[in-house]
Amino acid sequence: MTDEADLTEVQEAQPLSQTALAARAALSEVAPVPGVAKPDPILIADSIRRNFGGIAAVDVDHLEVQRGSITALIGPNGAGKTTFFNLVTGFDKPSEGEWSFDGRSMHGVSPHKMAALGMVRTFQLTKSLTKLSVIENMKLGATDQRGERWWNGLLPWIWRKQEAEIEERSDELLGRFKLDHMRDEYAGSLSGGQRKLLEMARALMTNPSLVMLDEPMAGVNPALKQSLNRHVRGLRDEGMTVLFVEHDMDMVHDISDWVIVMAEGRLIAEGTPDQISSNPDVIDAYLGSHQGQSLLEDE
Amino acid sequence: MDWSLILSNTFRQMVGTDAMYFAIAALGLNVQFGYTGLLNFGQAGFMAAGGYGLGMTAWYFSISLWWGIPIAIVYALILGLLMGIPTLRLRSDYLAIVTIAAAEIIRLVVRSVRFKEQFGGTDGIGEFAGPFREVGSNLGIEQGNKYGFWVFEYTGRQFWTLIVGWILVAIFGFVVYLLMRSPWGRVLKAIREDEDAVRSLGKNVYSYKMQSLLFGGVVGAFAGMMLALDRGNVQPDNYSRDLTFYILTALVLGGLAKVSGSIVGPMLYWGVYVFIEGVLRGMTSDGPLQIGGVTIIQSTQVGQVQLMMVGAGLIALMTFRPQGLFGNREEMAFDDR
Repeated sequence: MTDEADLTEVQEAQPLSQTALAARAALSEVAPVPGVAKPDPILIADSIRRNFGGIAAVDVDHLEVQRGSITALIGPNGAGKTTFFNLVTGFDKPSEGEWSFDGRSMHGVSPHKMAALGMVRTFQLTKSLTKLSVIENMKLGATDQRGERWWNGLLPWIWRKQEAEIEERSDELLGRFKLDHMRDEYAGSLSGGQRKLLEMARALMTNPSLVMLDEPMAGVNPALKQSLNRHVRGLRDEGMTVLFVEHDMDMVHDISDWVIVMAEGRLIAEGTPDQISSNPDVIDAYLGSHQGQSLLEDE
Repeated sequence: MDWSLILSNTFRQMVGTDAMYFAIAALGLNVQFGYTGLLNFGQAGFMAAGGYGLGMTAWYFSISLWWGIPIAIVYALILGLLMGIPTLRLRSDYLAIVTIAAAEIIRLVVRSVRFKEQFGGTDGIGEFAGPFREVGSNLGIEQGNKYGFWVFEYTGRQFWTLIVGWILVAIFGFVVYLLMRSPWGRVLKAIREDEDAVRSLGKNVYSYKMQSLLFGGVVGAFAGMMLALDRGNVQPDNYSRDLTFYILTALVLGGLAKVSGSIVGPMLYWGVYVFIEGVLRGMTSDGPLQIGGVTIIQSTQVGQVQLMMVGAGLIALMTFRPQGLFGNREEMAFDDR
């Protein structure tokens, strides 16, 4: 219903911002090898493994995510991208492995603590809290709320001022994400694309330093995609690090500074978008290694 | 059939002691189930914690009745922790199983011969409500006199219990109302919708679910205390599974996640219950009701048929007005979890 507003804003790729140039310059020295070290990593994962029965869904030896960059995590279906997300954010426990965020080991840290430390995620299947209004969804995201202790609930004067500040910040974010006209509607009445926007905006209420987006473009119409693209770029330009899983190659190519490719649970390639699109290993993983050859065995 | 008697009974019951302690228990259950989505099927267990907290004072601990209030609260907190610690990490279905079992375990333990010394066995514990009633008489409410107006006439003993009980309903209703408008209540409602989303936003979901369970349980204990004070005794079979489900029924009738629903729901539940009973008794008072020579109902079957009709009414309510009388239809429409 509101996507028309976004249609007018479809633009060709904008010139790169200062932060984008800085991020790309920092990564230009990095060799395009799987598991390569980055100059300033915010997230470091070491030999993370997750077995489902006999199958290793995720088996990553080493992975680093550069601070202040937009890093895309791509790979064919079943490559273990979402499982990797779940492991790193504490929603699933690895069979073995260590990982650190911002220099702190995250082993055994519960998901809500990770979020409070600045690592926030969204979900592939959007989790908008349908029976709460859009503004309530947003206000929920703010951390360290005094009124969230139950005895303070009875003493409104303790949290009223903070609540007003949170509401102001929520309104500002809703305006940026063009959801302000839906402010008092139930989140359940939003369209699929709007829910994606709401989830992203809500995640930003936690003041994260690392934003992990699981398929932000899934089910979003092309017009809205452009504005989502812009929002993701905006996160980096504000100093956040973005790691996202995506199947939409246009988006990956458009906005990411670095691309990590997974297949069958393993890291198979890393590099800038241009390096990745010409990487034979990646083409093999997506299209099969005999692509272009005859299927007749005896040839 | 004496319609004026049936109607005056109905109105009297709507603000009577049963509706009163149901309303307190429903307020607690509403926090757990209506707002947080915790399937607590053991509210009767929390009520028993309240009743026995009062009952055991003079009987076992040989202390004043008033110590029973903190004791009852501590019992409810212990019970909540015991039920919550193992189950709140799991999906809510498990909580339902554990709570219904825990409430039954409590009932079977307190009625057992082995613990007769502590809990009084199947006879329960009596004669502890004296100090409570004394306060009423000191305030000028004579136990033998009749109080009230029009159809709302009660004995002094009932009247005093009712005053205290409905004041508690008002207090807890106001507290729940304030809490659910606070950021704390917002977290609880969000947990009901999707706890992973709440977790991803940095909230300790486990702790909030525990707080909700304990808060609702303590309120439930107060319902148990009022029940015990009204009856003047605690008996294990007053706190059976049926009680939990009647309260749940009354709550759903009023509408979940609404303070008004958990107060008016029990009033209507008891009103309808007593009205149906009155009508059925009226129809069968001069012998079995017969249509065309076939006996439809006789006086000994009134109890069963009454419950059947309450059940049928609830089915109709769920079909045509699933949000209850006070619920929000618009909210119900987004059930796309």
